[in-house]
Amino acid sequence: MSPHLKSVAELSRGLAAREFSSAELTRHFLGRIEAGNARLNAFVTVCAERALAEAARADARIAAGEGGALTGVPLAHKDIFCTEGVLTTCGSRMLANFVSPYDATVVARLGAAGMVTLGKLNMDEFAMGSSNETSFFGPVRNPWNEDFVPGGSSGGSAAAVAARLAPVATGTDTGGSIRQPAALTGLTGIKPTYGRVSRYGMIAFASSLDQGGVLALSAEDAALVLEAMAGFDERDSTSVDAPVPNYRAELDRPVRGLKVGIIREFFGEGLEARTGAAVQAALDVYRRLGAELVEVSLPNLALSVPTYYVVAPAECSSNLSRFDGVRFGYRCADPRDLLDLYTRSRGEGFGPEVKRRIMTGTYVLSAGYYDAYYLKAQKVRSLINEDFRRAFAEVDVLIGPTSPTPAFELGAKTDDPITMYLNDIYTIGANLAGLPALSAPCGLVDGLPVGLQVIGPHFAESRVLAVAHAYQRETDWHLRVPAGWE
Amino acid sequence: MTLTRRDVENIAHLARLGIAEEELPAYVGSLSRIIDFVEQLGSADTAEVAPLAHPLEDQVQRLRPDAVSETDHRDLYQRNAPQVEAGLYLVPKVIE
Repeated sequence: MSPHLKSVAELSRGLAAREFSSAELTRHFLGRIEAGNARLNAFVTVCAERALAEAARADARIAAGEGGALTGVPLAHKDIFCTEGVLTTCGSRMLANFVSPYDATVVARLGAAGMVTLGKLNMDEFAMGSSNETSFFGPVRNPWNEDFVPGGSSGGSAAAVAARLAPVATGTDTGGSIRQPAALTGLTGIKPTYGRVSRYGMIAFASSLDQGGVLALSAEDAALVLEAMAGFDERDSTSVDAPVPNYRAELDRPVRGLKVGIIREFFGEGLEARTGAAVQAALDVYRRLGAELVEVSLPNLALSVPTYYVVAPAECSSNLSRFDGVRFGYRCADPRDLLDLYTRSRGEGFGPEVKRRIMTGTYVLSAGYYDAYYLKAQKVRSLINEDFRRAFAEVDVLIGPTSPTPAFELGAKTDDPITMYLNDIYTIGANLAGLPALSAPCGLVDGLPVGLQVIGPHFAESRVLAVAHAYQRETDWHLRVPAGWE
Repeated sequence: MTLTRRDVENIAHLARLGIAEEELPAYVGSLSRIIDFVEQLGSADTAEVAPLAHPLEDQVQRLRPDAVSETDHRDLYQRNAPQVEAGLYLVPKVIE
């Protein structure tokens, strides 16, 4: 079997057994990127030379018997993760010339594990988007059908892994930006509990919601890579100081007897019929495996999208105030005075969606509106959090669809921001409540993948991964490869 | 429209965002729609609800000793600066 059709777990075993070297693997994936990236626009930067040097070091480690499970396995990073000496653009003109002077903790940890960085992946500008159409570097295309979006904001990560240009990729999820693109490209994507993965060096969008994670071919691969990324980091003030379980060792926990909550509100109006049917069929698999399915209601979840579109823009307007055209990033030509330097550098450096969110956030935080919008939204966020807390007193996990529809065509939703925002109606709740959540492929509709979402209580990544793994042992949706990318 | 052109000009000024004249009407429209959309939050009864400060219960802001932990990286960081001179960031003259 060609290396690009193997899982991270299989690549790991092959490297350990010396069936192939990391240098061979790295050259193979670099070759696939060279041949296929122009069609998808998944990579912003390819680090060929650096990757080959890392691969040589990995091979030396393996030869010395010092390799770990991930040593020598290639990966690619969403271009939101600062990578020392490498262009780190966040999909924006603002950072189109930014060479990071340091590594994000995620990059450093996966590097220390011996993983080889193939390159940096395209994304919606500053992670603001659900279709990867807001990138300064152009839209990413879905390998399942190149006229369709791959989802966003981790669209480059999704397209690269789905097309087997990289075995696995990092992503970030503020309102669904790992799970929704994973769903739309047939991948397994996990956003862990808020605070599980360090945000240090991960360019900030909405700091109380942002969380790093993984897009992979299976729950097993996601478990392997998440374990290496996760854990306490003193450089992130909201990092949680708790031991990281051995996610992979806990994958085989049976689902028999597990109480699975079906979120009633996720199966109502707005869910495309065949997408709903694919998710229902997945629920039947869990019934067959002996899980106990019960319907649960989270009445305040209906307000998650408006809550998010107050809280996230408010935090974004604060976070993105650092881009001032003075210390790093884009600066306009010939500024007349300091105000002109600020306004033109920001006006020219940010794209339309980012400007819209900064302005939304500025408005909801401005004098006279703070209580009505921001404080109100944070109170509704408490209600949503409480809904989840009550549900998890009754059930072990919650299951529903990840996205209301399969992928849509490029340009289909770019005219109206509200239509685009509603793509994330099922994913935002987990961010508002800081919960671990995963999307796994559970079907195809007109040749486009459909995702099943599993949400767990805080720190239950092991359970969420095990629930997806149990399904993947019974089904083969996660093994499907888009036509032309075999 | 919930927001006027004047409102959007004011917001853009507060956010230090240069918006071209011809782009303003589109922002007035889309920002008004977004504000109208989030108005639904008013339907929730939050009279007795405390705002959520952190999604994880019992998390407190961690403190660290007030000790120097970082070394000087000025030269490295200034490599990304648009304009520097003698270790200083240059901007247009502020005081005449």
